[in-house]
Amino acid sequence: MANREIISTGNDLAAIAAVDAGCMFFGGYPITPSSEVMHTISDLLPAVGGAAIQMEDEIAGVACAIGASMSGVRSMTATSGPGISLKAENLGLAQMTETPLVVVNVMRGGPSTGLPTRVSQGDVAQAKNPSHGDYKSITLCAGNLAECYTETVRAFNLADRFMQPVFVLLDETIGHMHGKAMIPTEEEVKAGIKLRKTFDGAPEDYRPYGVEQDEPAVLNPMFTGYRYHFTGLHHDSKGFPTEEIETCRKLIERLFNKIEAHQDEIDSYEEFMLDDAEFLIIAYGSVSLAAKEAIRHLRADGIKAGLFRPITLWPSPATRIKHWTDKINKVLCVELNIGQYRDEIQRASGRLDIDGLFKVNGRAISPYEIVNKVKETM
Amino acid sequence: MAFNYDKYLRLEKMPTLWCWGCGDGVILKAFIRAVDTLGWKQDDVCVISGIGCSGRFSSYVDFNTIHTTHGRTVAWATGVKLANPTKHVVCVAGDGDALAIGGNHTIHACRRNIDINFIIINNFIYGLTNSQTSPTTPQGMWTVSQKAGNIDPTFDACNLAIAAGASFVARETMLDPKKLEKLFVKGFTHRGFSFFDIMSNCHVNLGRKNKMGSAMENLNWIDSITTPLSKWEKLSPEEQKNIFPTGILKHDETAREYCDMYEDIKAVHQGKRKVITQNDFEKKI
Repeated sequence: MANREIISTGNDLAAIAAVDAGCMFFGGYPITPSSEVMHTISDLLPAVGGAAIQMEDEIAGVACAIGASMSGVRSMTATSGPGISLKAENLGLAQMTETPLVVVNVMRGGPSTGLPTRVSQGDVAQAKNPSHGDYKSITLCAGNLAECYTETVRAFNLADRFMQPVFVLLDETIGHMHGKAMIPTEEEVKAGIKLRKTFDGAPEDYRPYGVEQDEPAVLNPMFTGYRYHFTGLHHDSKGFPTEEIETCRKLIERLFNKIEAHQDEIDSYEEFMLDDAEFLIIAYGSVSLAAKEAIRHLRADGIKAGLFRPITLWPSPATRIKHWTDKINKVLCVELNIGQYRDEIQRASGRLDIDGLFKVNGRAISPYEIVNKVKETM
Repeated sequence: MAFNYDKYLRLEKMPTLWCWGCGDGVILKAFIRAVDTLGWKQDDVCVISGIGCSGRFSSYVDFNTIHTTHGRTVAWATGVKLANPTKHVVCVAGDGDALAIGGNHTIHACRRNIDINFIIINNFIYGLTNSQTSPTTPQGMWTVSQKAGNIDPTFDACNLAIAAGASFVARETMLDPKKLEKLFVKGFTHRGFSFFDIMSNCHVNLGRKNKMGSAMENLNWIDSITTPLSKWEKLSPEEQKNIFPTGILKHDETAREYCDMYEDIKAVHQGKRKVITQNDFEKKI
């Protein structure tokens, strides 16, 4: 693994990863700080026979991407927080119809127009439930340049495995960071591609949504002889609208179960200097880079700090979080929001005494701020 | 011999949820006959609908079908078509769906001239949600959201489509199903964005409160506000204001289709041609 050296930006790496992972369609709309994803993929896709289109608005950007995915091709959109707010209804339809899609969100300051060119992690809570109704989101968060590539690749495979949208959260710092990254070769990525399951029996026996209660729908590509129906309404095993009580209950419960029963396939995290740690720092995204630097300084000063970095934010690696919060008394959650993920740490740990270092002025958190906060707490 | 629709219908979904006497069924049948005339294979067709009574259209016909969110049909269709340029894509939407909540997408799909066939079933009202004003509701009519009478100016859907750049624009009513079928055949064959404003009745949710509570009364009213383009052109400007011309209002076979143009982009990035410049287009501003 990781034997290709590349000098690039986080946003460009997400675009390159998509094409290496077999993405053939992109629909988007310009928005800072994610536009470079669209700029780059607009060059790459037509070169491999795919298509990228700049639509008339954010809603159309995701709508056409979901349409392309329904037809059977790997598809992506990229945006920032305000764009997710606009796309939310259609993301709900993708959840309900079980349509795979990769959604890159390069986070900027919010709410509203906020701080378009500055960093934030304010969309973490939104990523859990962007649309109305009940479903379980999958959200991955890149913590360095290489992960902008590897997590985007993983997002495509997870989207096809679980047949639903998968968010890749970058933040403005990571998205615009420019530097060297070690990433897997294209051949390696191609060899690891796991496309959606398909049904190859007789068309009359095909039940796209007639699957086990902990499995995703099996949606054959369009135009291949298996004609069925997509709808955002509650639907039966063939995809047609229904209000039948048991069918409705089972459908929504299955949207939950298919994720909960297979969380081990989704979980991902990094544990940094935790083995002997007496102080637990929890951070993700670009903040984790500052946290690692802070930990080196703290250890030089004799404070045994360590980092737990969730890479999959949703569903959260709750068991592993509890493992560390049970073991280590002092816990500090560092985020570029006001504790959106600390809520989840509190839930997972069952502890309400999780300390926080939060910043929402569009500026990054420096290692020294973390060092000082830890020393204050000790 | 009478035409047999069974092959194209999802018979287990019958009867439809449309009201007795609704025009949607007439349009659906004309659509099916057009597909049959063209010899399109069911597997090669994608039918996409939005929200509203017309939204159920897609669930009744045996093609690859998508029932999308409100107003987004043509945006959805743009993805399906651009990813599958050789397949046939048909959108069906109501007047509220296509011209209010989805107006932006309608404008830009027309502008791109992508080869999507867009059928608007225009019944002048939000029918499914019980009689709210739509962009095509005539001024002065009663709606549940404007019980004092609708003051909102009325939209001419075809004028919008022509101005936005659609290369095939037609208006028809569901009063003459044969004519409608032929119009669909003509528009479906056209390579480019085909826009159909099909006027239909909603005697239940438009008619009852506007003195045309039966299907026939509602249809007579539609007949009274439409006339073929050739006759319309002879009317005085004053008369033209109150009458909609029917038939093919625009048919430009020279306009390049979007997926075809996108092939040029692929060729550039594959090193098969030079970059596209203004010289590649007739219009140079």
